[in-house]
Amino acid sequence: MAITRDQVVHVARLARLDLSEEELARLTGELGAILDAVSKVSELDLADVPPTSHPLDLANVWDEDVPHDALPLDDVLRNAPSAESGMFKVPPTV
Amino acid sequence: MSAVVDTLRLTAEDALGLVDRGEVSPAELHAAYLQAIDEHDGELHAYLRTVEEAEGTSIPIALKDVISTKGVETTAGSRILSGYVPVFDSTVAARCKEAGLTLLGKTNTDEFAMGSSTENSAFGPSRNPWDPTRVPGGSGGGTAAAVSGGLAPWGLGSDTGGSIKQPSALCGNVGLRPTYGTVSRYGIVAFASSLDQVGPVAKTVRDVALLYGMVSGRDPADSTTVEVDEPVRLPTDERLDGLRIGVPRQAVALEAIEPGVREAFEATIGLAEELGADVGECDLPLSFDYGMPCYYLIAPAEASSNLARYDGVRYGLREDAETYRGMVERTRDAGFGDEPKRRIMLGTYALSAGYYDAYYGQAQRVRTLIVREHAAAFETFDVLATPTSPTVAFALGDKAADPLAMYACDLLTIPSCLAGLPGLSVPCGFSEGLPVGLQLIGPQFGENVLFRAGHALERALDLDLVPERLR
Repeated sequence: MAITRDQVVHVARLARLDLSEEELARLTGELGAILDAVSKVSELDLADVPPTSHPLDLANVWDEDVPHDALPLDDVLRNAPSAESGMFKVPPTV
Repeated sequence: MSAVVDTLRLTAEDALGLVDRGEVSPAELHAAYLQAIDEHDGELHAYLRTVEEAEGTSIPIALKDVISTKGVETTAGSRILSGYVPVFDSTVAARCKEAGLTLLGKTNTDEFAMGSSTENSAFGPSRNPWDPTRVPGGSGGGTAAAVSGGLAPWGLGSDTGGSIKQPSALCGNVGLRPTYGTVSRYGIVAFASSLDQVGPVAKTVRDVALLYGMVSGRDPADSTTVEVDEPVRLPTDERLDGLRIGVPRQAVALEAIEPGVREAFEATIGLAEELGADVGECDLPLSFDYGMPCYYLIAPAEASSNLARYDGVRYGLREDAETYRGMVERTRDAGFGDEPKRRIMLGTYALSAGYYDAYYGQAQRVRTLIVREHAAAFETFDVLATPTSPTVAFALGDKAADPLAMYACDLLTIPSCLAGLPGLSVPCGFSEGLPVGLQLIGPQFGENVLFRAGHALERALDLDLVPERLR
């Protein structure tokens, strides 16, 4: 199953990637080929098979409810590209 | 220095002995590896950065650059994390420190551990110590090249679909991908969380067992970890009497397996029989037919979610723009390389409205069948055996332009990863003068049986695993 350029543009928007024209063209071809290969999974009739989300038989792993120190604010902000007054700083959201 | 250290041949166990007996100090040992790095890493590019000061009371270790190290830059081979200096240690880095190990440096990896050659590293590829025109495998090619090139006694890697086992095979090392849940991922740069595992790479099976024992066990900071009931047993047995080895018919029938790899594999299976093992065939028809497509839906889907955190806000690269959304989109386009973008796009598509059931949901159901097939095989056998990689190390550039050709490198390693099972790659011979790896798969929490089988074969094979050109 191929994927159209319009679909690739839509997915890039969902994935928050500002792809160039060249990247959009190349990815349309590459994703089409990869999707062809992975679509093989749809050959199987698996209506009665439950999904596996991860390989361990674990559910509801609880932690002791004990307070502990968080990272100091300086450390939290140390790698931030931009910070001010103890907060991360970003361009306007609207 | 009171004893001469031959970093090409010294095992971690022997190095520990030298330090314990006071024949070499931890600082001297660290310095000896730094000197080897100085001499050879210009060619191999196994390291992204080294640590000059030996802080610890024991022997050195190399850590793959997806493993967070407090105060030491950690990039996961990506431009988007360039300059990122963790303010905390991953649990495995902390456990290495507690054991006294000195951090030699951070090793190269395909960007976000996505690849089979290290050619996807934003900082340039590593090279294979056996032949620098060839790749060391990936994504953990840096660690593998460091260990086989004498630039580290051992190291830790991470494995999602083969990133420990495949480079170990291509460089002539022993590598363990442990059972899912046995080693903490706290502080590991996440790729695909239902698959990612941390594990050791070393020169011998005993070294791998030793390091696995140091880093494994439940971690309250990673709720997917479990306590391992059975303690690690350092293998000593040189026989395989009574061990039942299953060879999956569908794996060895794959045309992608090179004749030289097949020959080395078959000879090793013959040797296992001579050592007393009972060898039989088993069937994993869906695993090798549908494992690849299943993996290349599940792993990219989880990656697209994990890599959403790189948004230019809290750490890493930022590309300025007028609006928040514009900043995020430009940052991600500039910061991610081609392979992460491909996987983010593939994963986002597979998870998007209207396609979720047909792709991701269907892949999760296939995964259930793969888990069941493996469980059935372990009713009859103690371990399963295949070649680790269908080929020996290939030339740089050979597969770089064809994503599907690169994905096929993991044909044999992927199925057991989906099933969450431990796998050990052990050198089992040579083809075209390059190492070939044997993959041993165990049942869940069956690391000890892998160590036993791997050790007996390693002893009987008695291969010289120092790259010929460096001897």
